[in-house]
Parts: sequence; C-alpha cells; structure tokens
Amino acid sequence: MTVMMGRPQREVFGETVAALADDDRRVVVVDGDVGSSTRADIFEKAHPDRYLQMGIAEQNMLGVAAGLATMGLVPFISTFVAFAVVRPLDQVRVLIAQPSANVKITPSYGGLFTGQTGMSHIIVDDIAIMRSLPNMPVIVPADDTEAAAALRWAGAHEGPVYIRLGRDATPRVFDPGHPFRFGRAEVVREGSDVTLVSTGAQTARTLEAAVLLAADGVSAHVLHIGTVKPLDVEAVVAAAERTGRVITVEEGTVIGGLGGAVAEALGEHRPTRVHRIGLRDVDVQSGPNDALLDIYGLSGIRVAEQVRSILAF
Amino acid sequence: MNGAVGASDTAAGPDGSELDRLREIARRIRVEVIRSVHHARAGHLGGPLSAADLLAALYFHELRVRAEEPRWEDRDRFILSKGHSSIALYAAMALRGYFPIEELLTFDGAHSRLQGHPDMTRLPGLDMSTGSLGMGISAGMGMALGARLTARDVRVYVMLGDGECQEGEVWEAAMAATRYRLDNLVVIVDHNRLQQYGWPGEGPDGRTPPQAPGELVAKWQAFGWRVLHIDGHDMASILDAFARARAGDGRPIAIVADTVKGKGVPFMEGRFFWHTRPIKPEEYEQAMRELGEPVLGAPAPEVTR
Repeated sequence: MTVMMGRPQREVFGETVAALADDDRRVVVVDGDVGSSTRADIFEKAHPDRYLQMGIAEQNMLGVAAGLATMGLVPFISTFVAFAVVRPLDQVRVLIAQPSANVKITPSYGGLFTGQTGMSHIIVDDIAIMRSLPNMPVIVPADDTEAAAALRWAGAHEGPVYIRLGRDATPRVFDPGHPFRFGRAEVVREGSDVTLVSTGAQTARTLEAAVLLAADGVSAHVLHIGTVKPLDVEAVVAAAERTGRVITVEEGTVIGGLGGAVAEALGEHRPTRVHRIGLRDVDVQSGPNDALLDIYGLSGIRVAEQVRSILAF
Repeated sequence: MNGAVGASDTAAGPDGSELDRLREIARRIRVEVIRSVHHARAGHLGGPLSAADLLAALYFHELRVRAEEPRWEDRDRFILSKGHSSIALYAAMALRGYFPIEELLTFDGAHSRLQGHPDMTRLPGLDMSTGSLGMGISAGMGMALGARLTARDVRVYVMLGDGECQEGEVWEAAMAATRYRLDNLVVIVDHNRLQQYGWPGEGPDGRTPPQAPGELVAKWQAFGWRVLHIDGHDMASILDAFARARAGDGRPIAIVADTVKGKGVPFMEGRFFWHTRPIKPEEYEQAMRELGEPVLGAPAPEVTR
C-alpha cells in the first residue's frame, strides 16, 4: 500500500495564519515561547509587528488574547496542546468560552506525537475537556489539507474555536483543495460490515486498518469526524444504520472524547452498541511515534486486530 | 427618572466643589451597595465599600465613557478584576446612567443583568467578565496592547484586590506588560489589607493582612511598574494620581490605594467577616444612618426578579 505523506500540521499553521494576516489586518499570533516549535516563527517573519511573544506564562497569554479580541483583533494561540488546554483552562472558560471571545485556540503537538517528550507534554483528554466548554467548537483535522482549510475557516468565523494540530507529518487523507465543511463528517471509505468512526491523524491509520480488514473479507465503512463539536449527528446515525456496528478510534482518551461524543449521540438518537478504541484510562510515556502507536493500540495493524476481536464476539 | 448624575463637564483641575461632588457620589455608591446587598440577602460588602471612592473618581471624573453608548469603540476600558465587588461597580454605573437605579435591586437574582460577578454577556458597559481572580489584568493588558495595534487612544484601567495579588497570573501579566511598555495600562490595587479569611495571626480578629506593609509597592516597583501610593479614600489624592498616571513614561502604572475594608460603615470597617455576610434589619438601619441616608422604616421595595 502506498501512502502519500502530508506536511506537518504545525508548518501549515505558521504558513496559513501568515497568509490570513496578509489579507486581514486583524490577525495576530500570541505565542507562549514555542514559536520555533509551533512554527509561529513563519508568521513572525512575515508579520513581525503582529507576532506577540508572551513568554512562558500561559495563563496570562490566554487572558491577553481575550483582551485583544475585545479590541477587534483576531488572535491565534501558539503553544502546545497541553499548555493551551489544561494549564490555562480557567482563563479559557471565563474569558474566552463563556463570553464567546473571538480567540482561535490553535495549539500543536496534539495527541501522542510530541517529539518523545513524555507524560507532561502529551495530553490525551483535550477533546473531552474542550467539547464540554460552552460556545467552543472543537476541530481535529485529519491532515495538512484539512488543517489549512480549517484554519482559514476559523479566521473568518466570529467566535472562539479550538483546533488540535499535530507536530509531525502524517499520511494525507484529503487531496489539496478539498474543502473543509464545518460540522460535517466525511465518509472516507464505503463499507457494509462495520462502521469505524475516527478523527484527526488517526483517520489515516483507521483507513490503513480498513485495508487490512478488507484482506480478511471484512468490509469497513470509515467516517471521519473533522468537527467533533458540533458533532454531525445525522452522519453518525446514518453510518451506524448502514452496518449496525460502530467502533470509534481516536488518538486520545475514550473517556469523554470522540468515543464519548459518538456514544452520547447514538444513545439519544439511535441506540447502538458502541466500542471505543483509544487510550483507556492509562498513563502515557515518551517514545518514538511508531512505538507509542503500537503500545496504545493505534497503528493500522493494531486497530485491525482490535476490530477483528470485537467482531468475533 | 433614573436619578443619574452627570459626568464632570469641566476640563479644569478639580476644585473643591468637584471633590465634594465626587465624595457625595461615593457616599451614594455605598448606600446603594448596602441597599442592594440587603435586598438580595447575598453579596459582598467589605470590598465594595473600600472601592467606592475609587469607582466614583473613575466613572465620574477619569474614564472617557458614554453611558448612553456603552459600546463606543474609543472609550476607555475598565475591568473590575476583583469581581466580587461587582455591586459597587453596578452602583457607580447606575448613578452614571448606564441603567435605572431601580435595577440595582435585581442584583444577584436569576435572569438579572447584574450577576453576582460581572458577566459581560449580560450587561452592556462591562468590558470583561471577571470573578475568577487574577485574570482582569491579563485581559486589560490585551486591551492596552490592542489599542496600540489599532492606533487608538484608549486607556485601560484594571482594579485588583490586594488579596487577589496572591494569584500568580497577576505577576505573569506584570512582567509581560513591562516588556511591551504599556503606559496606557493603569492598575489600581484596592489595598484594604484584608482578604476573605487570611492567615491566622496577630491582626484584627486574629487574622493577618494579605501582605506586609510596603510589600505591594515594592513588588510592583520590582516588576518595573511606575507606582503611585495614595490614600484611596482621599478624593484629591485619587484624582491627582489619575492625572499623574496620564503622563506616560513607557512604564505601566500601578496605583496602590490604601483603603479600609468596609469603609463608611464603622461597625464593618476592618472586620474580615464582613467580606460577605447577610445584613440583619437592625444592622441595615444602622448602616444607612451612618452613611447619612434616611431610613424610611420600610424594607426596600420589591421588584420583579
């Protein structure tokens, strides 16, 4: 199987926000001293007067962004997911989510790929946390194509947005130019035996699992959720009805994450048994990307194994 | 008739009558604080009373705002970072004409625009939602920076509590604001020397003040701020500090205003337990008498809540 790799989403972040700022004087980047990692340095080079270094002080950074937004500016946050979501969570809650401040929370280093940094830098519960905040859309792009399109959408959207971006290059799911449709799920593979629902870079590995399953005679239907909140309930229900079996797959905790969101929606709209593949209340650790995917059961091979054993019951 | 008081319309320095006018407004803020908290049977007292003179000076002398156009883009911004003193801010805004004074009696109630802590989504004229302490200064810094980036002559005022200065975020913002040379940012610390409960110790009622004497002035100076240390109940000193703060030298400004928690109601002054506490009817009458306000012998009027 040939896999076309996409570009790292963090590079797409720096370039896309710089391009947005070319046309929109309101766009600024607020950085928590990791611009050389999140590639906010690309933005800084293009728009030095609108790159705002806030130093290693994330609580203040999120508060400053809220203040900037009230003055008509459109701040994009540059930090790691871990330091954008949990450390300043109260600032996000009171100053951004509740008043619907026009702040774009766009950190990278989401999921397991953080450059072998370990438990302090890997956060797996960001989707669960952010989707519980009022007024906060949650977007987890599959690849570079979707990341760029989602960032452009966020720049034009009035209100807060959370976009989880990745550090490393991952396989490309969507051809360049593929449009981002906010709140709409995408069928990325048609199948009839089981529905796999996934989000973010995991979708590429879920597709890989679907190919392996096909070799065993299992036809997997794969639904990609680019927007976890608001969830495309209609598409989830339709995908569940198509096969009658639903398995969610995510690079994050299954507690309240994508698996939680899908189970809630199906529980309300079309009760269906849902299995959830992802991190199950476990601690995380540093390690090479492939090793982590294997340990936490998220490589294409490991997902296929788990799907087979679920279907065997 | 909402009883609103007009803003100062003279550009000259404050004369005796201007000081008297502001003192009377501060007294009326205190009266409305007591009335509203008594009516709501909930809310804070000590902090609103210590901040009343500062708020009178801000809303009736210093801030360039338009009560009839609360979203005017070029207005000065004010953030009550010590959001638990919201009722004093609401009283100042009502007297200034942002909304009818009668609405103060909805304070703290369900569906009220006057929430227990300021909610900018509900009441026009609130420049930021606050209540979780330490955040207002960061938002204020963003506004001051935003004013510069959009080339607008806007000044930003943020009122902090002295207990609030225990929050780490305050000092994150203090460091960053110095970097950006934000001399359009003015922090006012309501230094009433009591926090909700505090550490046990030798002070009044067996509690110690949030900071040692001189500690706040030294800290703001050490963070690179221009510090003006004043008596926060002396109207002439307050106006003088605001005037001096306007002469920018590249440093953000911290006005450390020494105040008395519960100021204006002697039996509440300097007692930590009046931070938040319901008022008994006889205490209500006594407080009103001490503020020179006639008590009509009737409870505060009921309003739809």
